[in-house]
Amino acid sequence: MILRGKAWVFGDSISTDHIAPGRYFHLRTNLPELAKHVLEDANPDFASQLQPGDFVVAGRNFGLGSSREHAPRIIKLAGVSAVLAKSFARIFYRNAINVGLPVLELDTAGISQGDELEVDLAAGTVRNLTRSEQLSFQPLPPVMVKILNDGGIVEHFRKYGDFNLET
Amino acid sequence: MASTLAEKIIAAHVGWEVEPGEIVVTPVDVAALQDGTGPLALMQLEELGLVQAHNPAKTVLFIDHAAPSPRKELSNAHVSLRRFAARTGAVLSEINEGVCHQRLVESFASPGDIVIGADSHTCTSGALAAFATGMGSTDVGLGIATGKTWLKVPETFRVVLSGSFPAGVFAKDLMLHLIGRIGADGATYMALEFTGPLTAAMSMPERFTLANMAVEAGAKTGLFAADETTRVFLAGQGREADYRPLAADDGAACARTVEIDAGALEPTVSVPHTVDNTMAVVDAAGTKVDQVFIGTCTNGRLEDLRIAAAIFKDRHRHPGTRLIVTPASRAVYIEAAREGLLEVFAKAGATVTGPGCGACVGVHGGILGDGEVCVATQNRNFQGRMGNAAGFIYLASPATAAATAIKGEIADPREYMESRDNQ
Ligand code: SF4
Repeated sequence: MILRGKAWVFGDSISTDHIAPGRYFHLRTNLPELAKHVLEDANPDFASQLQPGDFVVAGRNFGLGSSREHAPRIIKLAGVSAVLAKSFARIFYRNAINVGLPVLELDTAGISQGDELEVDLAAGTVRNLTRSEQLSFQPLPPVMVKILNDGGIVEHFRKYGDFNLET
Repeated sequence: MASTLAEKIIAAHVGWEVEPGEIVVTPVDVAALQDGTGPLALMQLEELGLVQAHNPAKTVLFIDHAAPSPRKELSNAHVSLRRFAARTGAVLSEINEGVCHQRLVESFASPGDIVIGADSHTCTSGALAAFATGMGSTDVGLGIATGKTWLKVPETFRVVLSGSFPAGVFAKDLMLHLIGRIGADGATYMALEFTGPLTAAMSMPERFTLANMAVEAGAKTGLFAADETTRVFLAGQGREADYRPLAADDGAACARTVEIDAGALEPTVSVPHTVDNTMAVVDAAGTKVDQVFIGTCTNGRLEDLRIAAAIFKDRHRHPGTRLIVTPASRAVYIEAAREGLLEVFAKAGATVTGPGCGACVGVHGGILGDGEVCVATQNRNFQGRMGNAAGFIYLASPATAAATAIKGEIADPREYMESRDNQ
């Protein structure tokens, strides 16, 4: 699958408190409303100016902190097609795959705010159209590819009626 | 083959020897949700037509993050948890009962268990030699409905502790030091395994504090062997039957090892806005503080309250510094009342709240104003954590927090502990 969009660049250590702030705790049962505040404390313009298909591009340890699955869900719901980061925190990573949000590990240092990117999930490549550069990302673990290809863990379960993670 | 604690526990569940990196589907012993993550889990189960609990007696729904509820949306979320419990027979831990992780170690998690919880600090139960880990709502929802989950067997990161704590230095200081040293992603995907002579000498509350913060180094869980101290703790909870000894095999291979001599440590704080941004209290001393918060699943236990109360006795908080004390559970609250600790706090000018998460997660009960500084005994100081992205959170031990509340600025607890000794 080919994804295209603009890069929204964030730094290192973007926590789940940046992504889904605690002050909107009461919106956790109203994901479309919560999504209007996604990453608001890291970039107040992000939620309102993002175009469907755009990418979140970040540094190290993206998504550290709480187990709130709301974090990847509202990133996806806001229209982001994938998160590219130097590394991810473990619970966020698993949650993202579970909800069908691609999370790609690569050296993001050369990507700037607004760069046009084209991601080929199957080939494992990121083309920076603005800079005419090509990057590649770490292949996802096979178990994650399987869940992602099924459309997330809920769809996986619907399909097999159980965990079926043999790869 | 010699196994680490994590490998041993998982192997006993799946029925064969496991290796790091292996993906397994395993039975789950305890599954937990809280009021922030639970409603989403239940929505997913509803969507799948799986409104059921495989093991209701070990499925626990905690109402602790927004307890009592400060707004109607959250009250409705609580209603959904109560309904699920009524329908499935799952255990409901109501608003008066306390923080999920404290309740889990008091009443539910046991050595050798696999515990999954939709809360990142589920790793706290690792102190009881349970493979306890935080996951998202849907993963835990599926665990509740089916009694199973999938796991990647983690590599082990061994932390060898020796020496003894100098006056004014506590388990919290040690853990902040460790995270500062290895970084907030220093143990990502790994199981921290605490060993060494100091570990054996540590009380259960000290072990809980360490295991609680394993996730702040990125770890999947934070494990201690189950030993005599574990047995005595469980016996005190009326759960001696749940005890069994459990330790890593000698010579089990681990991916990384770090050694810490507690005798060389100093009172430590994490400064805004990451947990691994640590420094000695003496280097942060003098920072003016608007609010001090003592409580949470990290440091809201009876022993923590005793340490703070010993410093507050016959002293008052600084007039410019608000003080909030929140016991971690009802059992802690009752015992703290019985011992007169709550009275000490009230006399010191504290707002003593009912048990629960309290001000930790920024929902209610102590949200910071713009530019305000808080010293808290919790486990996270991320921007926005306490409900305002324009606030600043420092993490510290209960002793440092108490000294800070008295002085009105970040203070070394030894100043107050020593003067007491001289009296
Ligand atoms: S006390 Fe804080 S860290 Fe612990 S479970 Fe509650 S909100 Fe989470």
